[in-house]
Amino acid sequence: MEMTGAQAVIKSLENEGVDVVFGHPGGAILPAYDPMLASPIRHILARHEQGAGHMAEGYAHATGRVGVAIATSGPGGTNLVTALADAHMDSVPIVAITGQVPTVAVGGDAFQEADITGITLPVTKHNEMVIDPERIGAAIKEAFHIASTGRPGPVLIDIPKDVLNARFSFEYPDRLKLPGYKPTIRGHGKMVREAAREILAARRPVVYAGGGIIRAGAAEALRRLAELVDLPVVTTLMARGAFPDSHANHLGMPGMHGHWTAITALQRADLLIALGSRFDDRVTGNLATFAPGARVIHVDIDPAEIGKNRAVDVPIVGDCKVVIEQIVAALDDLLGRGEVGQDRSGWWETLRGWRDAHPLRAEQPADGPLKPQTVVRAIGERLAGDGIVVTGVGQHQMWAAQHIGYEKPRSWINSGGLGTMGFCVPAAIGAKVGRPDQTVVAIDGDGSFQMTLQELATAKSENVPVVFCVVNNGSLGMVRQWQELFYGGRWSAIDLGVDVPDLVKLADAYGCPGFRCDRPEDVDSTLEKALGVGDTPVIVDFRVDPTEKVFPMVPAGASNDEIIESAEEWYAKAAAGATGGAGEPGGAAALPDHMREGNVV
Amino acid sequence: MANHTLSVLVENKPGVLARVAGLFSRRGFNIESLAVGPTEVEEVSRMTIVVDAADTALEQVTKQLNKLIHVLKIVELDRDIAVERELQMVKVSADGRTRSEIIEIADVFRSKVVDVDSDALTIEATGSPEKLAAMVRLLAPYGIRELVRSGMIAVGRGSKSITEGRALRLERSA
Repeated sequence: MEMTGAQAVIKSLENEGVDVVFGHPGGAILPAYDPMLASPIRHILARHEQGAGHMAEGYAHATGRVGVAIATSGPGGTNLVTALADAHMDSVPIVAITGQVPTVAVGGDAFQEADITGITLPVTKHNEMVIDPERIGAAIKEAFHIASTGRPGPVLIDIPKDVLNARFSFEYPDRLKLPGYKPTIRGHGKMVREAAREILAARRPVVYAGGGIIRAGAAEALRRLAELVDLPVVTTLMARGAFPDSHANHLGMPGMHGHWTAITALQRADLLIALGSRFDDRVTGNLATFAPGARVIHVDIDPAEIGKNRAVDVPIVGDCKVVIEQIVAALDDLLGRGEVGQDRSGWWETLRGWRDAHPLRAEQPADGPLKPQTVVRAIGERLAGDGIVVTGVGQHQMWAAQHIGYEKPRSWINSGGLGTMGFCVPAAIGAKVGRPDQTVVAIDGDGSFQMTLQELATAKSENVPVVFCVVNNGSLGMVRQWQELFYGGRWSAIDLGVDVPDLVKLADAYGCPGFRCDRPEDVDSTLEKALGVGDTPVIVDFRVDPTEKVFPMVPAGASNDEIIESAEEWYAKAAAGATGGAGEPGGAAALPDHMREGNVV
Repeated sequence: MANHTLSVLVENKPGVLARVAGLFSRRGFNIESLAVGPTEVEEVSRMTIVVDAADTALEQVTKQLNKLIHVLKIVELDRDIAVERELQMVKVSADGRTRSEIIEIADVFRSKVVDVDSDALTIEATGSPEKLAAMVRLLAPYGIRELVRSGMIAVGRGSKSITEGRALRLERSA
């Protein structure tokens, strides 16, 4: 069919089953915005391209489908970079389409020209500048395939304006031609059997479940595996909801701000069953002292993750769901032949003992100040395992990961790998657009919120009723926490001012209901009002105690044996000289090596 | 750390060199030499990359390279089972007094003089990196004005071909 390149782009998106795109028009991408008028695809006008990118991510996180962002050349593309890098780190399937200056102008420093394929090379799974209109269909088909298969990730397609305007005979290809791209899906049979034997032989096994479980749709398979041979499970920040928090076998979240029992179970395990996780430094702490007595089974669809940080005894490349099902079948086979697993009643007894002795602490004095954990817990109780929680990055994110029970995959959305402040507002909008049937609560910090709050306009004008809960401590709380603990309380550039902006007036300015709450006894009624609005975005300003810190905490670079569970414990250690007198000016100078400025990452 | 020779077969697409080279620098590797050219399969290029890396680090960079969509195949060519060659051209100062000595050195290395001027000679030599380095050592006292090397290329010994693979057959049939 004879059409323009721009029409071919829209037609290709339709062929890929795209129902919504998030974008911002501009000069070079203009041709693509005209045929959009005739397309059933919904276009959501973001107020900033970064917002469009995170919306596409939120959509992909919530639905499992590919999110699409559209931007123009130059700054349009460069504004997408953070979202692409975020999607790259967290394996989020998105496709970005950018306009480019006409091919004759490429390389000539034309108006709004940026070498976006060059710029995004390190932060995309793949990218391409399409210089032949005949390639448009194939490039987009390949982009969707690459983004959504194997280890998912972002793909960028850059199309010069003259290519968008060219007329040609369009045909959407029905075959892919990607000879260099063949993800391994099934695990190696011998390794799978080896894994099953290791699992039966282990005395202190722990499943270390990562975001790959959610990407692969493997939550049900994971549950079968855990129940079949009674395995304890920890879920990483990217895997919250991959295994029900309420399940008796769930030990919580590991890592820098994880649950004591989850961290320690990994430390004392004799077998780690790593499923779609990547031994990230936020989970392992000091790698040299991480899980020192454990053998490792590592299942991942990305061969490069296996052995990258930790030596592996049983490496299995493959799709998590398929491989877990294979392992379950192999275990069934072994058990059916009369083999029995080790007696693990002692291990479970130890784990239960830890769980009782080390609960998460969150005390709320009746007369205030309002503790952030109180807010987060109240949100969790209201949602009761339903709905979707989306966060920004910082203390509020950790509290939301710790204190809310997640029961289902895709009910928890955050920026884990890149740690992108500003992720929350647009990602929550994208999630709600993708799952309008779900209650979407955005839990953001006041610092993170201000990085992308212009997207409130998008939420309002596109009628996307997200409940934005700002945990407002008037400061960059996580930075403040580190300055208190590691820099002797020397506050530097953390004060945001609790009233700037006035969030209730801000809500009003955007035409949204706004609520403020600063007393513990009002949290429930405020949430009830906010969640009751339903048909328009809502902003709630929770004024919380600015001195509150996130615990447990394993200081960066420290061993996971050194978990600090409370501020009191930290200051007791500080007084004993074990932390180098933090809390006092100049205390950082006396810090142990791994906490010194240069080593604190 | 030790030098490793990687033969990387890639789809001949725009930007593929930047993707491969960028990956090395991004992951903290220094490329010692890199040579690119066509192969017997249309649309497939071959890069020969010499990199100084520890074995585990090399494994990681190889896996990361394999993830590039346009990379079809990577083979590490162990020097014991491969023929390694490099082309070198050296412009050496040469006057009437030294010219014949220099030509003698060139002969010993079975290399040839490809250009001559009143005060200089250009010698073209092919060989292993060691042979070329030895030649440079002997020529140095005469004054080396310019030296250029192609970067090493290598091919495995025996009848087996690294371009006979599933990926490449796909490419051939497509």
